[in-house]
Formats: sequence, C-alpha cells, structure tokens
Amino acid sequence: MQGSTRSPETGGMRSLDPRTKVVAVVLFILAVNLIPAGAWPVYLVLLALLWSAAVVLHVGMLVLLRRSLVAVPFVLAVVVLPFTTPGAAIYELPGLGWQISREGMTLFLTILCRFFLAVQAAVLLAASTPVSELLWGLRKLGVPTTLVAIIGFMYRYLFVIGEEAGQMIRARAARSAQIPHHRRPSVFWQGRVSGLMVGSLFLRALARSERIYVAMLSRGYDGHPRSMLHLRMVAWDWIVVIGSGLLLALILWGRMA
Amino acid sequence: MFSGLIALHIPDGFITPSVAGLGWLMCVLVIWMATRQTRTQFGEAQVPVMGVLAAFIFAAQAINFPIMAGTSGHLVGAALAGIVMGPWAGSLIMAAVVIVQGLIFQDGGLLVMGWNVINMVAAVLVGSSAYLVIFRILGTDRKRSRPLAAMIAAWISVEIGAVATALELAVSGTFPLGLSLPAMTLIYGIVGVCEGVITAAAISLLQVSRPEVLRGGEESQGKISAAWLSSGMALALVIALFSPLASGAPDGLEVVAHQLGASESEPFLSIFPDYSVSFISSSVYSTIVAMVIGVIMVFSSVLAVGHLVARRSEE
Repeated sequence: MQGSTRSPETGGMRSLDPRTKVVAVVLFILAVNLIPAGAWPVYLVLLALLWSAAVVLHVGMLVLLRRSLVAVPFVLAVVVLPFTTPGAAIYELPGLGWQISREGMTLFLTILCRFFLAVQAAVLLAASTPVSELLWGLRKLGVPTTLVAIIGFMYRYLFVIGEEAGQMIRARAARSAQIPHHRRPSVFWQGRVSGLMVGSLFLRALARSERIYVAMLSRGYDGHPRSMLHLRMVAWDWIVVIGSGLLLALILWGRMA
Repeated sequence: MFSGLIALHIPDGFITPSVAGLGWLMCVLVIWMATRQTRTQFGEAQVPVMGVLAAFIFAAQAINFPIMAGTSGHLVGAALAGIVMGPWAGSLIMAAVVIVQGLIFQDGGLLVMGWNVINMVAAVLVGSSAYLVIFRILGTDRKRSRPLAAMIAAWISVEIGAVATALELAVSGTFPLGLSLPAMTLIYGIVGVCEGVITAAAISLLQVSRPEVLRGGEESQGKISAAWLSSGMALALVIALFSPLASGAPDGLEVVAHQLGASESEPFLSIFPDYSVSFISSSVYSTIVAMVIGVIMVFSSVLAVGHLVARRSEE
C-alpha cells in the first residue's frame, strides 16, 4: 500500500527526510519572496543553490522546467505590468505609443524571478518525495491527521476515478461521430452532456466510497488512519534545516540593513 | 491524464508574505471548523467519503467539451460540491483538491496556498447558500427549481472566486484593482456560464436518479450556517484590506490606492462615475462601497431573471 503511491518522477534513492524537505522548501520560498525588488544577483545565487539541490536529489533539469510550466497563464497576465505601472518611461512601443516604465519593468521581472524560483522549489519537493512520505512528513509537522488522511485517500483514488472519467470521455468520443454537412450540436447541449457525465461520475464515486468504507470496516478500521512509515532525522537533515533557516535570516537582515 | 488543465490558482511570487500569512490563518481556521462539522456528519466514514469525493472533483475537472477554436470548458466544482454534500463537506473536499493541486501538481503556490484554499472555500460557501436561497425563492415543489438554482449558484461561485483573487492580488500590489477586477469578472463571467450549465445538468441527473442525495446535501448545513461564515469571511477580507499588515507591507494598500487613483479614467461601472460613490470622500472606501453595491445589484438582477425564467417554464 505504501509503495503504490510512489510518485512516477521519483529520482533514485531517498536522501533526505520528508520533514526536512518540506521545512527547507517553505523557508526557501519565504526567503525568495522577501528578497527586495530588483536584487538580481541574489536571485542568481538562489537559483544556483536550487539547481545544485536538484542534482543532489537526482531530479532532472527537464522535469524541473517542464513541470513549472503549469502556471504560465498567470505569468502571461503580468506582462501588462510594465505598461500599467506609473513611473519613469524607459521605452515606447513604436507605433502604439505605449510606454514601459522602469518601476513597472522592475516589478514585472521581480515577480517573474520569485515565481520561477518558488515553483521550481515546489517541483523539487514533489518530484523527489514519494507522496506517502510527503504526507507522513506533513502529519509529523503538525498538519491534522484527518486532513492528511483525506488527502492520502484522495491521491490514492485519483487515478482510479480519473480512469473512470477517462472511460466515459472515450465512450462519448466513440459515439460522437461528426456527420459531414450537418451542423454541430450547440455548445449548451455539449455542456449539458458533460454535466450529465459529471453527475454520473459523482454517483459512481459515492457508491465506490461506500464500498471502500465497508471494506475498511471489515478489516478492522476504527476511525483512526495509521501509517507504517517510520523515518528518522539524521545529521544531514539538521544541516539542511539550519542552513535554510540561516538563508532566510540572512535575507531578513539584508532587508533591515 | 490531468495535463491539459489550465492553472486556476495563484502561483507563488504574486502575493507578499504578510498577505499570504493572513490567508494561511483563515485557511487553518476554516479547515479546522470543516473537519469538526464533517466528523459529526459522516462519523468514521469521514476519511474515505471525503477522500474519494475529492478525487471525484479532480477527475470531473478533466471532463471537458470544446467551446471555440482551441478553448474548452470544464468544471471547477465548488458549487457542485457545496450543493451535493453540504457547505462544510464541500469546503473540506475543495480544500483537499487545492492542496493536492498545489503540493503535487504545482497548480498554485505553497506560500499562497492559504488564499487558494480560501478562494475555493468561499466559492463553496457562497455557492451553496446562494443555491438554497434561490431554490426556496423559485419554489421547492417545482421540477426546474433545483437545476436553475444550481446554475445561478455555480455562476455566482465562480465570480466570487475571481473577485477574491483580484482583491488578494491588489492588496499585494501585484495588479491594480481597477485593472484586474473588470478583467477577472468578465473572463470568469463567461467561465461561470459553462460552470452553470455543467452543474445544472449534473443536478438534474441527480434529481431524477438519486433525489435523496440532493436532499441530504440540502439538509446537512451544519451547526454554523454557510451564510454566516461567508459573511464573516467577507468581513475578514475587508479588514485585511485595511489592516496595518497590508499597508505596512512594502507594496501594500498605498500602492492599490495610488493605482486606483491612477486608473480613474477607466469606466467600470458607468452608473457610478469614476468607479466610486460621490457622497463618500475617501476614494478607496467609496470604491469598495461601489463594489459592494454593484455586487448586490448584479446578484438581485440575476435572481429576478431566474425567477422569471422559472415562472415561464411552469406555464
């Protein structure tokens, strides 16, 4: 049961305790967000730090870059910032007369750097930690057991229910031949079909959850989820935790000074 | 399998740490309350039922249909979860979905996860209470009331999520409110129609095949009603807007106020000249008052239209 939840992109052997990685990544992202706007060399140093951590944790550069593409729509939205932020004009778009302000450009690039570093740190955590270990670490760090158990259940049945949804989508596609010279059905009709599929999937999921609960009861479930994992913090873990704490302190000190 | 989905949640870097911390505080409080309420609702079955239904929401988001060239519509599911499972179970389910999306699939940042959870929880709470109100207004004995109420509630829930996101980005000084609020409400106004159609169809299916499931959701409102909590959260958000926490941040409320002043020329609500109410002097306060009045007006006109449509369908 524990082995089956291993993330497909796990890179090689486990080298750090999940608690260490969670704490270090959160401190790192906090530090990234506290760097003053426009302090470009600091961003470069942190990027070097992150990429060397990726090498140590056996997470490929390609995985790191590919999985950080999810949030691209949000990044596209900030492209307007150099034009909308008031400030000293440094460039004018030929023909349109739109001005790019220095303040706007700094804000835009700062957000981009913060986003890029933070999302890569999050990918590093997810790609180097099996989900079961990640959840165990969260529970040990004080996240309520019930919530962790719900998330664990969700992840375990994600692919089961997802496959069920996939079957429904394939069935719909198989029945949806487009006849030449015929009008396509309206968007609302198609939306309604999707909605009926969602309703049907809900009933299947509800029935499945009832079966799962009964199966759990028959195996002695008493309302308290348990984990078989037992991991221990070693010297390296403490070094990483203290190191990331120092990084944050250094950046805070830099802000004060 | 889940790669084609677009990002819905705020990534890290767009929200300042102090604002993010406030989001975490509200998130912890809401999850704590939802966990307690669902324990009395489901007992020992809480973990498997909540977990599998959260997986359902995630999978249901993959069921899409083409709208226009290149774009496709799919479900967010906040209103559906709130209507079918009740506000508290719905909130907990959506919180689990957001956490998994952020933690494992990098859709949404880790530092801003508190706000991403709150956005979805707000959508659930407002969606489910709007559903109940509209359902009662339309008449609980009519066949079309449930799907129609679900459709309007789903549209409202999507808009609430969008407005909340725009506010959070504005407080952090990332986007000026005058820019993000019209853009977000417009885009998500269209997304919301799609959400409404899907949710209404799902509810109509459940009404025919398993009406007792729907009644279960309508009756399990918990000890604290969703309406109370959502108004409490709205109040907290307004307090957050004016707190020293936000304005003390390097790029906080002053920036927002400045940007609001700078974008006065953009007519958003033409009823309120310069997007503010004239009898209140401070521009930030009056902008917010204008927003609240605008939301109430939109809400009541949507209600009126829904009422008319339901009456016509009866005749």
